[in-house]
Amino acid sequence: MLEIKNLHAAVEGTEILKGIDLTVRDGEVHAVMGPNGSGKSTLARVLAGQEAYVVTQGQVLFNGQDLLEMDPEERAREGVFMAFQYPVEIPGVSNTYFLKAALNAVRKHRGLLEMDALEFLTMVRQKMKLVQMEETLLNRPVNEGFSGGEKKRNEIFHMAVLEPSLCILDETDSGLDIDALRIVADGVNALRSKDRSFLVITHYQRLLNYIVPDYVHVLVDGRFVRSGGKELALELEEKGYSWLENLAAAPVGA
Amino acid sequence: MQTQTDTIEQFATQDYKFGFVTDVEQDIFPPGLSEDVIRALSAKKEEPEWMLEWRLKAYRHWLTMAEPTWANIHYSPIDYQSIAYYAGPKPKGSGPKSLDEVDPEILATYEKLGIPLRERELLAGVAVDAVFDSVSVATTFKAKLAEVGIIFCSFSEAVRNHPDLIQQYLGSVVPYSDNFFATLNSAVFSDGSFVYVPKGVRCPMELSTYFRINALNTGQFERTLIIADEGAYVSYLEGCTAPMRDENQLHAAVVELVALKDATIKYSTVQNWYPGDEHGKGGIYNFVTKRGKCDGANAKISWTQVETGSAITWKYPSVILKGDNSVGEFYSVALTKGYQQADTGTKMIHIGKNTKSTIVSKGISAGHGQNTYRGQVKILKGADNARNFSQCDSMLIGDQCGAHTFPYIDVQNPLARMEHEATTSKIGEDQIFYCNQRGIATEDAVSMIVNGFCKEVFRELPMEFAVEAQKLLAINLEGSVG
Ligand SMILES: Nc1ncnc2c1ncn2[C@@H]1O[C@H](COP(=O)(O)OP(=O)(O)OP(=O)(O)O)[C@@H](O)[C@H]1O
Ligand SMILES: [Mg+2]
Repeated sequence: MLEIKNLHAAVEGTEILKGIDLTVRDGEVHAVMGPNGSGKSTLARVLAGQEAYVVTQGQVLFNGQDLLEMDPEERAREGVFMAFQYPVEIPGVSNTYFLKAALNAVRKHRGLLEMDALEFLTMVRQKMKLVQMEETLLNRPVNEGFSGGEKKRNEIFHMAVLEPSLCILDETDSGLDIDALRIVADGVNALRSKDRSFLVITHYQRLLNYIVPDYVHVLVDGRFVRSGGKELALELEEKGYSWLENLAAAPVGA
Repeated sequence: MQTQTDTIEQFATQDYKFGFVTDVEQDIFPPGLSEDVIRALSAKKEEPEWMLEWRLKAYRHWLTMAEPTWANIHYSPIDYQSIAYYAGPKPKGSGPKSLDEVDPEILATYEKLGIPLRERELLAGVAVDAVFDSVSVATTFKAKLAEVGIIFCSFSEAVRNHPDLIQQYLGSVVPYSDNFFATLNSAVFSDGSFVYVPKGVRCPMELSTYFRINALNTGQFERTLIIADEGAYVSYLEGCTAPMRDENQLHAAVVELVALKDATIKYSTVQNWYPGDEHGKGGIYNFVTKRGKCDGANAKISWTQVETGSAITWKYPSVILKGDNSVGEFYSVALTKGYQQADTGTKMIHIGKNTKSTIVSKGISAGHGQNTYRGQVKILKGADNARNFSQCDSMLIGDQCGAHTFPYIDVQNPLARMEHEATTSKIGEDQIFYCNQRGIATEDAVSMIVNGFCKEVFRELPMEFAVEAQKLLAINLEGSVG
């Protein structure tokens, strides 16, 4: 699915990612943890193709294709989805209208016909149930005036509608109350399949109790300093990051 | 990789899609303006003496006036002697009595503009009074409207057939001496539309006029007069395009609206005149005076405009709120790109008690476009409990364009209530990226975001027109395909 080799990236001339290696196979769930400012969101944005994040070295293959060569919209249509840490508001554009435009762009790319209004609505209703989203949020402008939790739910709802193959969740758990966390996690779990992979960025072990990862990676200062199984998250919960930060200077291979 | 700068560049330089010239035999005056030209024009139109006198009075007054310079626009001087003041397709025999008699070339032009008259007539139920250069070439649905007593015809026809109404209302809202451009129009207006909706009649369909400037070096001086008698309702749509020319063309129109007691007039414009090329060469100079008068209690006048074309737009659709409880509204979208300049807004003049006005203005600037909102809210002494709400939002695309806001407020009654909101925002890279990340191309994202920004205005347009306006905005925002 995804193969990252020696990835370096800079923003405004400062190198943030300093050599990332990661292989995600079909159906796997990888968690990425790490202190504030270590570069987790940067990694997500580089993969999604945000312009300001410049790749200075390395390679990323997505299903064998050179991901870095593609425009962000092309990546999305090929199946890369990123749930934003801070979802963006688009005033005056209804959530449904936006999603329909997105879905049809994706479908067109995949050689499918546009969905008609009825078909679309039926499908959308069904996906909303997955994250128990309020129907009123459909007709409101994209994310405008949504509560923090509603925004996060909306991201997962978009994901459910677009059916991507690589899902990058950037702190989807932050801002969710305890019940919402479980609902969203259940939604994500329902979307797990043998040909859909997840990169879950989080600060909290709690989320990983619900979305159980196959691997956990710890990002410190732009490098993975430790990788392991799900128990690594528990260890971090207990010890914090400081014991690993010393390792950042002389990183172990991830 | 498609960058945002590219998009902005292409957006700013994209081609005008309506720049074709129709080849029809023209009946045209040589350039120049004098009393003789006005006499000849009036004779050509077989006008009564009083009409000629009115024109001459205006002309003589115009000679004493100077072109206004207060607007935030810059253009090379207009030579009023180099303009031809009359151009019309040569009639085959007399004027067309039905669509079948309209020159097929002209019909093809409308077809290209996406307004097939026949289709409009048959499918959309819209009555179209099409103005091709100066002569009104086709008036549809007249018969059907006549059944309920509505008069919808060309201005020239109204001068001949309804002189009493014209004499009563012409200049009653925009006097012949009003301002430089309106006065010029009063002297040389060529044609336009006339609507009269009798007492208590609700016009059963949207009335629509499509203006198009075709001939080279001709100014277009439209004059429109709409009267809604007591308790009447009418919704009127005006759409404009012009072919591509290197020269600048002058368009100085006047629109007068009269809404009597309990009457409502809704006037919607989609203006897409040729804006000039990417270096700012050519394009229409659009100096327009539009004003409505709520001349009775509970009258309502609502202006909605979508201005995407013209090199220069100078336009302030206004409402005189004379009747108690009368309502004035102004909803505007103005888009400037390339080297376009728009100085537009409204005047709301509150005279009657409990009068209410709403102003919603959305300015979008891209490329080197300059967009100015200029609005005045005036509350006179007797206007107890007058209320105004104004909202002026500007959106900037790129960093070489400009947005300016000049709200003037003059309150002479202590019971008045005023609310004013203004915002300026840049189209966000994060918004575009968010759309991209969901699979939406940058160009579509820009048009989606801009359409969202304009939603409160589009909502005011009649359904079919709203769809057209959105498409037009998308076309104007387009340019990154490739
Ligand atoms: N657009 C930007 N301009 C300038 N600096 C940036 C930009 N984006 C990220 N950075 C910097 O890059 C570093 C990594 O940021 P990033 O958002 O990737 O961290 P993070 O690991 O996601 O942190 P958090 O846990 O707080 O979300 C930070 O020092 C941040 O300030
Ligand atoms: Mg982050």
